[in-house]
Amino acid sequence: MASLSTKHLLGIADLSTEDIQLIHSTADEFKEVLSRKIKKVPSLRDVTIANLFFENSTRTKISFELAEKRLSADVVNFASSTSSTKKGETLIDTVNNILAMKVDVVVMRHPQPGAHRLLSRHIDAKIINAGDGAHEHPTQALLDAYSIRERLGEVGGKKVCLFGDIKHSRVAISNILCLQKLGAEVMVCGPGSLIPKYVNGLGVKVSHNVQEALAWCDVANVLRIQLERQQVRYIPSLREYNQYFGIRKSHLDALDKEIVIMHPGPINRGVEIDSDVADSEHSIILDQVENGVATRMAVLYLLAEA
Amino acid sequence: MEKRLLLEESLLNLILRRLAFQLIESHQSFEESVFIAIQPRGIELMHAVVKALEEVKAIKPESLQQGTLDITFHRDDFRSGKSLIPKSTDIPFAIEGKRIILIDDVLYTGRTIRAALDALVDFGRPKDAELLVLIDRKLHRDLPIQAKYVGKTIDSIEEERVTVDLEGKSVWITPKTPDNG
Repeated sequence: MASLSTKHLLGIADLSTEDIQLIHSTADEFKEVLSRKIKKVPSLRDVTIANLFFENSTRTKISFELAEKRLSADVVNFASSTSSTKKGETLIDTVNNILAMKVDVVVMRHPQPGAHRLLSRHIDAKIINAGDGAHEHPTQALLDAYSIRERLGEVGGKKVCLFGDIKHSRVAISNILCLQKLGAEVMVCGPGSLIPKYVNGLGVKVSHNVQEALAWCDVANVLRIQLERQQVRYIPSLREYNQYFGIRKSHLDALDKEIVIMHPGPINRGVEIDSDVADSEHSIILDQVENGVATRMAVLYLLAEA
Repeated sequence: MEKRLLLEESLLNLILRRLAFQLIESHQSFEESVFIAIQPRGIELMHAVVKALEEVKAIKPESLQQGTLDITFHRDDFRSGKSLIPKSTDIPFAIEGKRIILIDDVLYTGRTIRAALDALVDFGRPKDAELLVLIDRKLHRDLPIQAKYVGKTIDSIEEERVTVDLEGKSVWITPKTPDNG
């Protein structure tokens, strides 16, 4: 029978198309579990999971924690603001100390790209990447693709455009890789200063015109302007960004088709997306959040089993 | 060890008809009863039993509430190296206060049924639950579980496997191999 080809989930880059499909079909079953009155199964009752968040997070952390608890795992949480890393401890020492307390799975978010890969060479536990700097955020890409599949039937052959701050977005890289592995066409659209050079090597289309990009795509995934990652100013002002690159109702009204609107959150209303677009019937933003739990349950279940 | 035939078509049909009569005897109109087949191999048997009910007493299949239950998430051998990919659970009705007829093809160690009873709790509190199996391998029970409706009880050895082929209308005993174990 099928199982994942990897021991850890460090990034979408490591997954095969079959792995992604297996995660999605397993998530289908967890979605059914989540629709029951008792939304809990005992599968991971002998598994202990540490959520290590070296960077702030609200929804990803809650989503992982809910997924873990609904699989009956034991969960310990850790936030860097209250930890010994502030006292000068290295990452590997911190994690090894936690593992000494018999932890089987580590879910980690870390500001340093590649921190998870480094850790995977030094510890035995399974590692799940919940975001490493501006590198990857694989579970977000998996749940985004799952939500597209749920809304449109399949991902293969669909046209997906990522709007906004591609340069500082781990969601963008993971999404591009995941969508391409599932056979979708991908475009990125944003100001030249926020489109990184590496996209040329990924075989994605590039646009700097929102209306043109919207006319091309079936799905618009709007990303947040990550001001906290920008050391220099890439855009003159948020107001100007909204004028040129914000998604407005008038853009959608000008189209002769319906497109699906997505946003991984947190939303800056009135910057990258206007409220009447984010709250429209084309938006599946809250479905994404809901599917996040089922997708993460599938990842945890399949990895814990391996 | 050779593959050998345990039940052929005429005997299998006879057994299905007997099971149908036994069900009618204790459930009469099936108004408060629901059928739940265990994924994956209980489903064909459920269909065969429902068909037999129609044949012997003209009970319409559409009047019977039928669901499927996947027990993967409730297994006790998770993380033992076997890959356990879930199949779909579909119970489109409330089981609260209902009489459940749980269906699987072969009763062996009883662990699947233990997991199924556990899984059913998530859907509500039934009035009672009964088990119907086509083949009862009575020598190998690991848990105190028994079926109320049994097609045929057999004394098989552990190195054997029972294969129910309802499409081919037969039941076989075959040597256990690493693939079918």
